[in-house]
Amino acid sequence: MLTLKCPYCGVQAEETELHAGGEAHLTRFGPDSSDDDFETYLFTRENPKGVHFERWRHSHGCGKWFHAARCTMTLEVFGTYPAQTTEPPQDIRDAITAKRPGWTWREFS
Amino acid sequence: MSEPVSALRRARYAGFVTVEEAGLQGMVQIRGDLSSDAFTSAVSDAAGVPMPGLREASLDGRNGLLWMSPDELMLLCPYPEADRAMARLQATLSDTHHLALNVSDARAMFTLQGNGVRDVLAKLAPVDMAPDAFRPGMLRRTRLAQVAAAFWLRSDTQAEVICFRSVAPYMMELLSTAARPGSAVGLHGG
Amino acid sequence: MSMRLPTGGRLTDRSYRMEFTFNGKRMTGYAGDTLASALLANDQLLMGRSFKYHRPRGPVASGAEEPNALVNLGKGDRFEPNQRATTTELFNGLTATSQNHWPSLEADIGALNTHLSRVLPAGFYYKMFMYPRAFWKHVYEPFIRQSAGLGKAPDAESRDADSYEHFYHFTDVLVVGGGVAGLMAAKTAAQSGAKVLLLEQSAHWGGRAPVDGGTIGGQSPEDWTDATLAELQAMPNVTLRSRTMGAGVYDHGYALGYERLTDHAPEAPGPRHRLWRIRAKQIVTATGAIERPLSFAGNDIPGVMLASAMRDYLVNWGVSIGDRTVVVTNNDDAYRTAIALKKAGLDVPAIIDARSYGGGALMAEARAMGIRVEQGRGVAKVLGGKRVTGVAVCNQLGEGAVLDEIACDAVAMSGGWSPVVHLWSHCGGKLDWDEAGAFFRPRAGAAPTDADGKPFVSVAGAADGHMTLAGLLQDAAETGAAAATAAGFDAAQTVAPEAEEVAEKPLEPVWLMPQGARYDLRMKAWLDYQNDVKVSDVQLAAREGYESVEHTKRYTTLGMATDQGKLSNINGLATLSNALGESIPQVGTTTFRPPYTPISMGAIAGEAHGALFQPVRQTPIHAWHEENGAHWEPVGQWRRPYCYPKGEEDHAQAVIREVKAVRQSLGLLDASTLGKIIVKGPDAGRFLDMLYTNMMSTLKPGKCRYGLMCSENGFLIDDGVVARIDEDTFLCHTTTGGAESIHAHMEEWLQTEWWDWQVYTANVTEQFAQIAVVGPKARMLLEKLGGMNVSKEALPFMAWKDGTLGGFPVRVYRISFSGELSYEIATPAGHGRALWDLLCARGAEWNITPYGTEALHVLRAEKGFIMIGDETDGTVIPQDLGLNWAISKKKVDYLGKRAQAWPHMTDPARWKLVGLLTEDSSVLPEGAYAVADGTNANGQRNTQGRVTSTYFSPTLGRGIAMGLVLNGPDRMGEVIEFTHIEGFTVPARIVDPVFYDPEGEKQNV
Repeated sequence: MLTLKCPYCGVQAEETELHAGGEAHLTRFGPDSSDDDFETYLFTRENPKGVHFERWRHSHGCGKWFHAARCTMTLEVFGTYPAQTTEPPQDIRDAITAKRPGWTWREFS
Repeated sequence: MSEPVSALRRARYAGFVTVEEAGLQGMVQIRGDLSSDAFTSAVSDAAGVPMPGLREASLDGRNGLLWMSPDELMLLCPYPEADRAMARLQATLSDTHHLALNVSDARAMFTLQGNGVRDVLAKLAPVDMAPDAFRPGMLRRTRLAQVAAAFWLRSDTQAEVICFRSVAPYMMELLSTAARPGSAVGLHGG
Repeated sequence: MSMRLPTGGRLTDRSYRMEFTFNGKRMTGYAGDTLASALLANDQLLMGRSFKYHRPRGPVASGAEEPNALVNLGKGDRFEPNQRATTTELFNGLTATSQNHWPSLEADIGALNTHLSRVLPAGFYYKMFMYPRAFWKHVYEPFIRQSAGLGKAPDAESRDADSYEHFYHFTDVLVVGGGVAGLMAAKTAAQSGAKVLLLEQSAHWGGRAPVDGGTIGGQSPEDWTDATLAELQAMPNVTLRSRTMGAGVYDHGYALGYERLTDHAPEAPGPRHRLWRIRAKQIVTATGAIERPLSFAGNDIPGVMLASAMRDYLVNWGVSIGDRTVVVTNNDDAYRTAIALKKAGLDVPAIIDARSYGGGALMAEARAMGIRVEQGRGVAKVLGGKRVTGVAVCNQLGEGAVLDEIACDAVAMSGGWSPVVHLWSHCGGKLDWDEAGAFFRPRAGAAPTDADGKPFVSVAGAADGHMTLAGLLQDAAETGAAAATAAGFDAAQTVAPEAEEVAEKPLEPVWLMPQGARYDLRMKAWLDYQNDVKVSDVQLAAREGYESVEHTKRYTTLGMATDQGKLSNINGLATLSNALGESIPQVGTTTFRPPYTPISMGAIAGEAHGALFQPVRQTPIHAWHEENGAHWEPVGQWRRPYCYPKGEEDHAQAVIREVKAVRQSLGLLDASTLGKIIVKGPDAGRFLDMLYTNMMSTLKPGKCRYGLMCSENGFLIDDGVVARIDEDTFLCHTTTGGAESIHAHMEEWLQTEWWDWQVYTANVTEQFAQIAVVGPKARMLLEKLGGMNVSKEALPFMAWKDGTLGGFPVRVYRISFSGELSYEIATPAGHGRALWDLLCARGAEWNITPYGTEALHVLRAEKGFIMIGDETDGTVIPQDLGLNWAISKKKVDYLGKRAQAWPHMTDPARWKLVGLLTEDSSVLPEGAYAVADGTNANGQRNTQGRVTSTYFSPTLGRGIAMGLVLNGPDRMGEVIEFTHIEGFTVPARIVDPVFYDPEGEKQNV
């Protein structure tokens, strides 16, 4: 049972206090979007063996959504950061590079 | 009109820790920008206590401020004063984007008393209750068994728990079961 | 015979006798006994029957690894099957019965299976029960079910009389295992100042060392254990728990401890078991090693036992298994058993050592005591049926030609030792094959890793493959210190105390005895005792092409019993690798999964049973409903009154009465469970315009508007009435089930997509009791209460107002879910019950009638109002329900808008909402499908619609229904056929879904 540190309230929360919210950094496509873009937004998801970015909510706690970068193989957590961003911040990317040189995820590396 | 009643009308259970529903408690839910001095001083004035830090409970008798999230506080006050505290806040912050609501009836509050309060909470919450990890004045929002709750310690032998009103009977049963004689863990006193 | 010796038994207190029964027979034992040692002391060697062949079995081990001695414990509500006699502490009044036999343990009909073993080979069930297919349901399955299972399941009507609990604990270092290695590791870890939790599964500390001998720092292992324990107890940073098994190791330093508090003292107060949910920075497993049996014919006959177990019974409990014991071994350790037996005055006719080179100093000592030692020899077979009568000796390197028969009544066997690597392996620790010791040991540098990617499990002592006292203590001292260091403490380099014991000669792996045993011997050489898997079965599996150990396990059931192969896995694996001609590490092990030994379901459930099984949410008016005979309906975790039957009424009659009362006079509904969410801020209107399909920003303060919410997929997820409180503030009502999820939905969009919008939300559902006063007399009742103007002019339909009623602070909404004149009154929850009581009292003159959820459903269905969850199922869009009027055409965007433009969402062939009236006025079956001509590709009848809501309407005196039908709105008046579960179809006419007051005159008065 994994634990993640909530970047808002600092609690090292265990899984029963959290709610998993799927892949992070999706771009919303609205009414004017193409069928392809909208389909990708709704349905296309990464399924990596390794570095992954996810959304979590500290649901039994401060209630805030945050992002977590972790390894789906080993459950190693590279970092957590607030949800108010459209891409992984540099310090998180650096932390991943330090441990998984050459990693890529979507357009990020 | 009759007097309002709390969820369990001060139900009480004496185990190795005494569990008591604390009766009516004024609560005002406040949301706003905690980094704004204008906001925090208005809140602190209305509550009559200093601003709590991250995950802290700032308490003075029945008055207090609970740190609930990065943009949320809970003001504690005597039940009849909640509307006044809310109105005062709303007036002071009329030009500031904020939220202040009297939610005194939405929750139930419990008092735990005894040497084993840490053990009782450690049976129900995935929280490190060791004295060096969770000290009086700290607050934790988490779950107790299957329901959302927040708790804090007033001292090493007194804790307070709040939860939603609808699950007050569950919470009473839960805390009483955890405090049942013969079930003390003896790890953190009790 | 097995018996209690006149003296001895370091764990028993002979001054305290205990009474117990086994299969109804009264027996006595001593405090400190296990059930197994007490039974053996009473010459009860036969303790159970094996699973498949019903072979008579006695204990083969003395601890958690025991496969045979499983019993039913207790009676009635405390009955529990499959309890290991070897780990059950004796208490006064214990009752146990043996399992898996009929009519009795001594004479068991099922034992006939053993004579059928040639026709019941590995995979028998898979081969036999495949054909003919029709036999499965009526012949095979009942037969298998009848013979399945070892112990009896507790009676279905019984309820566990005990209580259980969880306990969350956080520590720097968790040490599992309270033997000398665990104590040593805990001590060096604790000396650094780290918080240490040390768990021991049994009631005693020190593990095997006090039985096996040697010295530690000049002390006996027992004295050293006592002294070290005292030191640890004096350290404030150390927590010690005996009778607590480390059950499993999981991700991120999570571990489970299984504490058995009252199993040994059932009358004691408090919970029976406590499940420790531990989060440790570092975990040290010091779980020791388990002795392996040897595979020779008849190795399962009662009286054949692990050499170490026999020594345990002798030293710990003063119990001998037999008067004449033959020792069979491939290593030096078993000589200790021979020597101990001899010293206790028992006869040891021979030690059969499979090694041609024999043993070391211990062999010399045994010989000096006059014990005959045979080198390079093996046991061809054990003689005897329900107990050992002798052994036939052969050359280990031969095929089993008998050289000699030795009369004896017990056999002590030792095939070497296997480290207990389970906890290391649970979370991914890797193993290496140790050629010299012939065992798997933890691979250095391949530990499970934690959230930081750093190793968090380490292994100390025998569990790490250190089989000498000096070696394991030094390893444990270093491992404990290293764990503390890894947990962030400064642990000094620690040197373990000097330990001395007799030097041993190396073991020689023996996987079959004799090495070339004939088939008739191999098919009596047991690997897995509990599941009756023999050497011949594993060899057959290999011949039939099972190369993977995981497949072989499932095919033969090797290691699948309640003991999970603690004794059998390595021997079985070696047998398989020999049969395949591969090395043991090539074949590999099966996966180790938690728990280490079975833990109770009660411990897993913790406090969550009975009243605490699930939270039940109660409204402020709950007690009134209960006092007035409500029949409850669970709605999520809420309990809502379904109806309030009076006198002899059944539920249907009560619902009819309630509906009529609302239509004709006055009804009262507890609507407190409806979600209420405050949405406030300069961008609140803009935000709600995105959430709802219709326009909310144009709503005027003081007014209400019905709204629909969709997911990004376009599907309808919730509905409710929104009230605008002021320019900045809205109150959104949700469905009962939607309060938490819709609030979370709002917060998700605010926090993760539109975080720059100035909006705050708050879920105030429970702040208010909400009471619907409904019916033609509703206004008269409110006027009677007084306090505010509730006239049509002052409070028109779809408006709200704050004020007081009967002295209560209230907010009154003129909204209707029934089609009648209706006021929903919100008051702070603390006033809810009193206001309800007042309404009941003042409404008596109009026969005010509280009504439940079923009447609510009927009332709304008569009006054609949809219900989330009935008319919607996650695949329905508002357009399907004729709700286009509630979808804004002006808005550029709202959640779901893009998806509702998908071609399949705008497809005219989507099923649409209509009303349905049966031709004979009957009530359509729930969920019934409308059939169409022809069949689909699967040969199933085509369909053209389905029923979503169906009720008897008291108002219309007939069945009414709503449903989704292909081109429904264009087919008014057409009759279509609906399936009935009895096989016929029911004709129903397509009509408008509004059955009652289509003009809406009643609600708008």
